[in-house]
Amino acid sequence: MNLIQPMPLSVSKRWQILLLETQTELLKTFRSPAFVIPSLAFPVMFYVFFGLLFNAMGGHAGNAAKYMMATYAVFGAIGPALFSFGADVASDKDKGILSLKLVSPMPVSSYFAARIFTAQLFALIIILSLFALGALFGDVVMTRGQWVLTLVTVLAGTLPFCAIGLFIGLTVSAKAAPAIVNIVYLPMAFFSGLWVPIQLFPTSMEMLANVFPAYHLAQLALAIQGNHSGAPWYVHVGALVAYTAVFLALSVKQFQRIDNRH
Amino acid sequence: MQTSQHTLVSVRQLSKYFGKETALDAINLTIHANEVVALLGENGAGKTTTISTLLGQLRPDVGEVLVFNHKPGHWAAKQQMGVMLQSAALPDNVTVIEQLRLFASYYPNSLPLDYVLKTALLTDLTNRKVQTLSGGQKQRLLFAMAIIGNPRLVILDEPTVGLDATARREFWTCIRTLAANGTSVLLTTHYLEEADALSDRIVVLSKGRVVAEGIPADIKARLGGKCIRFRSTHAIANIESLLPDVQVQRRGDYIELISATPEAHLYALLASGGNVQDLTVTGISLEDAFLHLTQTPHTNIQTIQEKSA
Repeated sequence: MNLIQPMPLSVSKRWQILLLETQTELLKTFRSPAFVIPSLAFPVMFYVFFGLLFNAMGGHAGNAAKYMMATYAVFGAIGPALFSFGADVASDKDKGILSLKLVSPMPVSSYFAARIFTAQLFALIIILSLFALGALFGDVVMTRGQWVLTLVTVLAGTLPFCAIGLFIGLTVSAKAAPAIVNIVYLPMAFFSGLWVPIQLFPTSMEMLANVFPAYHLAQLALAIQGNHSGAPWYVHVGALVAYTAVFLALSVKQFQRIDNRH
Repeated sequence: MQTSQHTLVSVRQLSKYFGKETALDAINLTIHANEVVALLGENGAGKTTTISTLLGQLRPDVGEVLVFNHKPGHWAAKQQMGVMLQSAALPDNVTVIEQLRLFASYYPNSLPLDYVLKTALLTDLTNRKVQTLSGGQKQRLLFAMAIIGNPRLVILDEPTVGLDATARREFWTCIRTLAANGTSVLLTTHYLEEADALSDRIVVLSKGRVVAEGIPADIKARLGGKCIRFRSTHAIANIESLLPDVQVQRRGDYIELISATPEAHLYALLASGGNVQDLTVTGISLEDAFLHLTQTPHTNIQTIQEKSA
C-alpha cells in the first residue's frame, strides 16, 4: 500500500520528460533508415546536381551555388518538420499511442516540443551538410553573420511547417498521411522555387508562389544574401507567422476531436 | 462504511448518450482501496465507455464521476492511476526498457524498473525491440507501462483479448502480483472465467445498465449455470415448489430452468417421480445468462435498480 501524495510536476521534472521524450523520438527516427536516408540524402543530392554541377558550367562562380544553397536548405529543413508531425502524429493517433500518453500524467507540451526538437535536429544536419558542400565545392562566400543568420532563419522557419504537418497528422489516417504530406511537400517545393530559381518561372507562376509558406521562407533566406525578389522581409515573416497561427488553430480544433476510445 | 480516503472511484447515476443511442444508463460504481473489480459484459455493453469517462476522455451527460476525489482527467488523478487502453499499440523501433523509462519519467514516484520488469514477466526481454515481441509480451509491456507510476488504481480495458491460453495465464499472474501488493484494479472483460479468477467483485453490464453486482461466487452461480430443458406433465407451480431456488419458465411445450447446481436439481426432479421427457442439459453462453439476468427480476437486481431509482 503506498500513501504517496500526488504532486505537481516540477520544472526540472518537466525538463527531464522533455529530454527523454526527445531522445526516444530521435532513437525511433534514426532506427528507421527508410525515413532517415531519403530525408538526408535528397536535398544534398539535388544540391550537388543542380547547385554545384550546373554552377561549375555556368558563368559567375559562387552565386548560383549560394542561391541554391539557401533554397535547398529550406527544402531539406521543411521535409522533416512535415513528416515528423504529419506522418508520425497520424501513426501515434491511429495506434492509440497518443491516447495512452494523454491519459498518463505526461504534459502534452512535451510531446509536441520533443517533435519540434527532433525535426529541427534533422534540419540542422541537412543545413550544415549543404553549407559544407557549398563552401567547399561551390565557392560560396558569405560573411560569418550571413551564415549564422541563414541557419537561424531556416531553423526557425520550420515552425509553420510543423504546424501544417500537425494539422495533417491529426486529420488524416496513418495510412494516408505520408502520401498527403508528399502531395503538399513536393509540389509546394517546386512552385516555391526551391528546386529551380523562381526567376526562371513565368510571372504568373511567380505570383502564385506567394500562396506557399515555403516561398516566403526561401525569400527570407535569400534576402540575407541579397538574392531575394520583390517584397520586403517583414511581409514574408508576416506570412509565415500567419500560416503558423492558422494551422495551430486548426490543429487545436482537430486535437479536441480525436477519438480517444482506442 | 468506507471513508472517502478509501474510495478511489465513485460513479453516481452516470448516463452517456451517443446521439439517440444510450451508451450508459444511470450507472453506479464504487472502487475501494485494495480491491479488484471486474466489469463484465459483452461488446457494446458500455465497458469501454465507462472507462473513457473515468479517464476524462468522455464527459458524462448525466451524473457525477469522481476519481481520487478529483474530476476525471485532473493531473492528481492521472498521477495515481495506471491505464491499459483497449487495443492500444506500441511504437516500433524502441526497446522494452526505453519505453518503460519514458513512461516512468511521467510520474513523480515511479517504481524501480527492475521491479516492474519482474512483475510483468519481462526481465528476459529488457532490450528487445517492441516489434519483435509476441502479442502476449506486448500486452505485458503495456501492463508494465500502466504500473510503472506506482499507481493506487490500475485500469485494464480488456487486457487479454486475442491472447492464447498460455499468454492469458501469464497475464493473470501479473494481475495477481499487482493485487497482492495492495493496488486496486478495475478490469473489463467479456470472459466470466477471467472475472471469476481475478476479481473480488464483479459488476455485470448489459446494454449500458448494471444488471448484477456481487462477489464472483454469486455471479458465477447465476451466470455460469446450465440450462435444463424438458417436457413434463408437471405444472409449473409443482416444479417451482420442487426446486425452490431457481427460476422456472415455460417455453412453448417445454419447461426451462437455469440452474447453478444442475446435478442436485436433476436428482430432485427425477426423484420426484414426475413425468419428465425430452430432457436436455446444456451449458449457457454469457449472452443467454445476460438475457436471463435482464429478463428475470432477481432480488439482487431489484435492489440495484431501486438504489439507482
